[in-house]
Amino acid sequence: MFQNVGEMALLFWRAILALPVAWRQRRKVFEQFFEIGNASLLMVCLLSFFIGAVIALQTGPMLVERSLSSAVGGVVGLAICRELAPVLMSILIAGRIGSAMAAEIGSMRVYQEIDALRTMNINPIHYLVVPRLVSIAVALPLLVVFAILVGWLGGAVVSFSNDRIAIPIQTFYSNLRDVVVVKDVLNGVFKSFVFAIVIAVVSCHQGLTTRDGPRGIGRSVTKAVVNSIVIIVIVDYILTRALLGA
Amino acid sequence: MTSKANHRSGVGLQVRGLRRSLGGQEILRGLDFDVRPGEIFVIMGPSGSGKSVLLRHLIGLETPSEGEIQVDGQSILAEGVMNKYRIAMVFQSGGLLNSLTVGENVGLYLTEHQLKTPEEIARVVAEKLEDVGLKGTEGKMPSELSGGMRKRVAIARALAIEPQLIFYDEPTSELDPLSSVVIAEEIASLNERIGVTSVVVSHDRELSFGIADRVAVINEGRIITIGTPAEVRRSPDPMVQEFLTAGFKRPATV
Repeated sequence: MFQNVGEMALLFWRAILALPVAWRQRRKVFEQFFEIGNASLLMVCLLSFFIGAVIALQTGPMLVERSLSSAVGGVVGLAICRELAPVLMSILIAGRIGSAMAAEIGSMRVYQEIDALRTMNINPIHYLVVPRLVSIAVALPLLVVFAILVGWLGGAVVSFSNDRIAIPIQTFYSNLRDVVVVKDVLNGVFKSFVFAIVIAVVSCHQGLTTRDGPRGIGRSVTKAVVNSIVIIVIVDYILTRALLGA
Repeated sequence: MTSKANHRSGVGLQVRGLRRSLGGQEILRGLDFDVRPGEIFVIMGPSGSGKSVLLRHLIGLETPSEGEIQVDGQSILAEGVMNKYRIAMVFQSGGLLNSLTVGENVGLYLTEHQLKTPEEIARVVAEKLEDVGLKGTEGKMPSELSGGMRKRVAIARALAIEPQLIFYDEPTSELDPLSSVVIAEEIASLNERIGVTSVVVSHDRELSFGIADRVAVINEGRIITIGTPAEVRRSPDPMVQEFLTAGFKRPATV
């Protein structure tokens, strides 16, 4: 995986230099953007609701037993917006959208469509990478904002309905408001923006370097998802340290 | 239909000392030849002879280990050459973008380079599709077309570039005899109509000798013989003769 880091960095740099063409490719950017939303919104809802619910279930009874029931909202709120929503949604998008990117670009490579673009003097980075990079870099942070809100709702519902926690929803949210500040949410959103770039660059790189026919497409898809997840987790640690100043 | 008069004329291609090694194996072993402006030049050879690798070098998709390919005296890999000379390629599989309609495929070059307004592009697309006998197929997807139709769409896409040089990779492979004849006639008539230079890579002997102004026979990365079809037929080289006369004979039964 790490032998390709240089190539991926170069691809990212070329895509950044090509960003001014994004406006010309706006139709493809919007198509990709809606594809990401369509493919993922329901899944994001389900996943984030139950993540909030599980965090409340894991922490709530313990905090209530120690007479810290007023801390449940803050713990669930912080865990979701700082860490769980950005990381888990990024892993979900790596699986759903990153794999699709690698498969689509990989099959274009195998079936000579990318060669055809190059013979028409159409830069594959402008045509294929930039629209995907821009759309996922916008869509994933928006999905994460949505996931944070739904995750908090999941936590609130379980905290209220579970007999061992039984905190009124108003109490949950007022504690959450006391603990979670706008900066926490923005940190989570910023992380997801970086993860989106990781997914796009890793997946497009895998697609563009696909070899050995249809079997190679399958290999590229697997590598795109696995490498994205590994890099996301590593980058998450680095970003968390930087953002916490720890 | 586009006339020869309003097209820029075909350009010549020069190949000098072309060598390419892949994985320690020498695929192209020092090729030197010229393609003259406006001619149909066919590169023939058995499977694995290096034809397709040669073609990928000629269009600038691969970088040679040694040697150079020039278009009108300028290296094909030099900055701006692909913009200065309009060069098109018809891939063996067509190379159509499967996510785009036939019309979008044909107009792709003009759209991406913003050379014409959408209305003008639609007109050019309709005209080029009519040229290859596929009028009214703009809205179809490539997956809805037969192999022959896909190749003709690929030719229409090449024509939309108004090329001075077209490369064809195995244009009649996987086609039935009737479709092969249609494609061969199309290649020949394009040269007459618009004066484009055509480089065709094929192992189809009928196509090659039917349309070529000159033929080069390549084997194991070397040119064995080069000349007019008549000259190549008279070549004393045993490999050339074997390739040109090979045919299936059913074993005699007792």
